[in-house]
Amino acid sequence: MTAHLPALQVVLTLLAAPACILVRGRDLAFLLALSTTWAAFAVSCLLLDQVLTTGTISYELGGWAAPFGIEYRVDALNAFVLLIVSGIGAVVLPFTPRSLLIEMVGEKAYLFYCAFLLCLTGLLGVAITGDAFNLFVFLEISSLASCILISLGPHRRALTAAFQYLVVGTIGATFIVIGIGLIYGATGTLNMNDIAERLPATGYNRTVIAAFAFLIVGAAIKLALFPLHFWLPKAYTYAPSTVSAFLAATATKVGVYVLIRFLFTVFGVEFSFEVLPTALPLMVLAVLAMFVASTIAIFQDSVKRMLAYSSVAQIGYMVLGLSLVTVDGLTASVVHLFNHALMKGALFLAIGCIAYRQASFRIEDFAGMGRRMPWTMAAFTAGGLSLIGIPLTAGFISKWYLILAALAADEPLIAALIVISSLLAVIYIWRVVEAAYFREPPPGAPTGEAPAALLVPTWLLIALNVYFGIETSLPVGVAEHAARALMGAGP
Amino acid sequence: MRDLLILRVVTKLLMPFILIFALYVQFHGDYGPGGGFQAGVIFGAGFILYGLVFGLDDLRGVLSSDVLRAGFALGVLIFAGVGVAGLLLGGNYLDYNVLAHDPVHGQHLGILLIEFGVGVTVASVMVSIFYYFAGRER
Repeated sequence: MTAHLPALQVVLTLLAAPACILVRGRDLAFLLALSTTWAAFAVSCLLLDQVLTTGTISYELGGWAAPFGIEYRVDALNAFVLLIVSGIGAVVLPFTPRSLLIEMVGEKAYLFYCAFLLCLTGLLGVAITGDAFNLFVFLEISSLASCILISLGPHRRALTAAFQYLVVGTIGATFIVIGIGLIYGATGTLNMNDIAERLPATGYNRTVIAAFAFLIVGAAIKLALFPLHFWLPKAYTYAPSTVSAFLAATATKVGVYVLIRFLFTVFGVEFSFEVLPTALPLMVLAVLAMFVASTIAIFQDSVKRMLAYSSVAQIGYMVLGLSLVTVDGLTASVVHLFNHALMKGALFLAIGCIAYRQASFRIEDFAGMGRRMPWTMAAFTAGGLSLIGIPLTAGFISKWYLILAALAADEPLIAALIVISSLLAVIYIWRVVEAAYFREPPPGAPTGEAPAALLVPTWLLIALNVYFGIETSLPVGVAEHAARALMGAGP
Repeated sequence: MRDLLILRVVTKLLMPFILIFALYVQFHGDYGPGGGFQAGVIFGAGFILYGLVFGLDDLRGVLSSDVLRAGFALGVLIFAGVGVAGLLLGGNYLDYNVLAHDPVHGQHLGILLIEFGVGVTVASVMVSIFYYFAGRER
């Protein structure tokens, strides 16, 4: 069966989604979703192991040979992204049944699980497929499903946020499909590897350049690169906290993956960065994202919205890494992909714990939270430290590799900017910590810890933050492996 | 529109033909133009016509929302299930060759079942969308 792991990676959750509708019962649907999500996580672990030992895996769907049929192609990069997506899914899902009680729909919970599984299927599919059009289809599956998830938020504005997400997401997907169409016209193939092989022969004509522009802008919308980020803060603020945790840790990561895949594999380093001057604009936008979004985050009242803006800033770091166009830079980018999934997941889950006690996420309502919900707030603080990049946390590892990569690329200014923007993160995290630990809880404020079902997943992610802040061989090893392959320096 | 005799009689007359035509498009899809999506739309359109003429309540008596919901889940399951069947019989996912003794028969059977799944889902979704629009006032 190990030969069929790439198909199982997507099919398990795809099968479970409609099955959730058929079983109807809330607990049954939950168990079904939980077991398949964990199975998907196991599959992604096996896949990563297989890729690291035997090299790239190619799987032909329906038995049709590669450039004609749809090919699933797993290398170190997407095996790693699959691991992140399915891992976060596996941690976040056990969180849902208790938080659902407060935040959501009651008897219709099975529909939530169906949408969650479809979203997971879409994200896994985007990461695993080696076919450009197939990628678009999975992207649509995931964005339609995440639109449903966002609209389930407790506030009525969740509906407008979801609608905006739908519209912007559709624009992004349309750009991507136009790009894919143009490139199909230029090369006559949809298989990404085949495109990469044929592009040098077709020459870099205007069609190819237009396709490149459409694809990069489309991907930038999907991953919320500044200034195309405007849909993200709204969506993450009004979505249920569980959904924010899941999407913040996976959806934008997959977007970054799509960007890397198109820049480095499909179009190739030579075309993307030498024929066209893509690196500089990406770098400028990334730095702007780091500074503008962090500054906006400082002035937010709502903690959830603050975290959402901080996500935009963190995406800046990832894009900054890849815009250096070195093996080190890409490594840093991919490592941060992993680490940011861990810290944002943990932070949004901590917010979900708080949502269990009180409906407001305003900073002044966090007064005395350190005494009212000690475990939750400790988790939030630990996640915040990781976000800032304090040593012994995963965030530090990302920043460290980013700074090293910037110095190695002879960009001391960029290295300095990374440090300065980290200080901005100190400010916005401090505002919450200050309110939680140094202000008296208002009389009559809801007190009491969130149930263990919510705390355990949160603390699991925090523990992983610390673990991967010390033991870095997995993320860094895989990221280096992936980065070398992408830069064409051999595995 | 209940009291318009001509509409009612014509609808009743047309219904079987619409549904049969849908099934023809569905199951003849692998020889001629057609397939699950078109067939599903025609099938759904038959029911929508019935609903337009006889009213939403009569239509719900025939096809309840629960049935439709099961329908669109089942269609996807059939599609993905055929893929898994290929997997279990020793081929790749969605490999129809292994579904029958002869690869050509296998391909026929596979595409027939897949398109059937598509048809079921599309027909249920079409009628569901009609329900959501027509039932908004209530």
